[in-house]
Amino acid sequence: MLNDVTFGQYYPAKSFVHNMDARAKIVFVIAYIVAIFLADNFYAMAAVVLFLALAVLFSRVPFGRVLRSVKMILFVIVFTAVLNLFFSSVGEDAHVIWEWGILSLSWESIVNMIFLALRLFLLVMGTAVLTLTTTPVELTDGIESLLTPLKWVRFPVHELALIMSIALRFIPTLVDETNRIISAQKARGADFETGGLIRRAKAMIPVLIPLLVSAFRRAEELGDAMDARCYSGSKGRTKYKKLVFTWRDLVGLFVLAALITGVALLNHYLGGKFDILAYFF
Amino acid sequence: MRIVAKGLTYTYDPKSPFAAQALKGVDLTIEEGEFFGIIGHTGSGKSTFVQHLNALIRLTGGALKVGDYDLSDKKCRFIELRGKVGMVFQYPEYQLFAETVEKDVAFGLKNFRKGMREEEISAAVQEALETVGLNYAAVKDASPFELSGGQKRRVAIAGVIVTRPEVLILDEPAAGLDPLGKQELMQLLHSIHGSWCKTVIIVSHDMDEIAENCTRAAVFSEGRIAMEGTPAEIFRRADELLALGLDVPTTAKCAMLLRGRGIDIDTDFTCEDFAEKVLALWRAKEGGDA
Repeated sequence: MLNDVTFGQYYPAKSFVHNMDARAKIVFVIAYIVAIFLADNFYAMAAVVLFLALAVLFSRVPFGRVLRSVKMILFVIVFTAVLNLFFSSVGEDAHVIWEWGILSLSWESIVNMIFLALRLFLLVMGTAVLTLTTTPVELTDGIESLLTPLKWVRFPVHELALIMSIALRFIPTLVDETNRIISAQKARGADFETGGLIRRAKAMIPVLIPLLVSAFRRAEELGDAMDARCYSGSKGRTKYKKLVFTWRDLVGLFVLAALITGVALLNHYLGGKFDILAYFF
Repeated sequence: MRIVAKGLTYTYDPKSPFAAQALKGVDLTIEEGEFFGIIGHTGSGKSTFVQHLNALIRLTGGALKVGDYDLSDKKCRFIELRGKVGMVFQYPEYQLFAETVEKDVAFGLKNFRKGMREEEISAAVQEALETVGLNYAAVKDASPFELSGGQKRRVAIAGVIVTRPEVLILDEPAAGLDPLGKQELMQLLHSIHGSWCKTVIIVSHDMDEIAENCTRAAVFSEGRIAMEGTPAEIFRRADELLALGLDVPTTAKCAMLLRGRGIDIDTDFTCEDFAEKVLALWRAKEGGDA
């Protein structure tokens, strides 16, 4: 039932992307997201898609595996796309196909919808490549390292990173626990698969309460274990695994710089997203 | 209900780097009325096997029949089957959720016997709670979370047997209990066996538990059945069990030590029988001396 949770699920492999510095990867993902939203015509979007394809290729994660992370938010994508299709305001000179009250469908809104769906899709795929190729520990180490400047304004960076790594660390544990409780309640005749939305939500109570109880129990045990090992916060703590910036990250940096420049140039010289309609009208 | 498994196979996460074949062709028949023991390492496939028996894991390879239910048939009434094959998971107290003990125990009943009257439900709950050795009047309105560990486990077991399943499966029922708690739990299972549930199946690491209680047992190893038979037949092959990395009952260890000193004892490895046989030998020797 909960086997689709790709988030926080590391895909073990040896690859170019796996070996990159976590900090570099986080920066790349941010830049990549910027590129997604910067791209304003189909050519620039194609460049972003190409970049993603390269990233997936060099990560050696099967394409289907990356695609699985989209499955979770497929509903969100379809929902927002449909809303956009009928409610987007595209200006006076739009090529309207159909209109009814506040609802309207035009060629422009179709283009808008394609862009929106594509952006959401690329967003999730790109971040999935990050979480599939970076262990949660590397990821939080990377975030902690990137946020270090905030320590100057007394922002609890280390604590934040710790909270994140504990949260990520416990996702698989709690997924296992949830599956176990679901099995136990199924064995007692609980039915999670039939009935309407409210019935199904109600059916989850016998799962959520034991899960919550066990999460508190685990938190207490973890607290005790940390106390027993004299954990006392970030002061004077050293790292076992240091993040190292290598040639791979430099290569990545160049490819990414090329992507951003490319997107900007394509945007500038090949017009906006609606220009494609000029071929038809 | 007779349980017949033929060539059962199962793979977790097929087609992924995490793919793990848990069952590699299991043939096993468990007759009605047995007190059956399942022995094996963690990861030997024993839990996967028992979860097939009430269709918590759907059959993907091989054939399995539980009574009249053919689990390879897609139209098999799985929910109904779960009412007939009760399953108590490891640390069942972690499944408790309701505000009161009575409501928690009634959960299964309300799922399986839709339309049962309130009086019937509370009568059934009372009987189940008293069978597991709890005072109905004292605990029925208590929150399951304020009970002691041993009591919680009893409540959880009551929540499974309340539907009177014909087969009761328990995964490490005595895990984490103190010696007295273990003993009481085993007595409880014997009292349930025969009267409430015709067949009882326990999954256990504790070989003494198997030797003392089971009529028959099977040893799982790496997704296959390595041995099957009465505890006496299995523990006679103690050296093979040790080679598989499994433990043997204390009585079997004693028997091995005695055999090393040239004394063969033909026992069924229960403490009582072992003591009797040793006593008989000793008496025979005394008689011979006299």
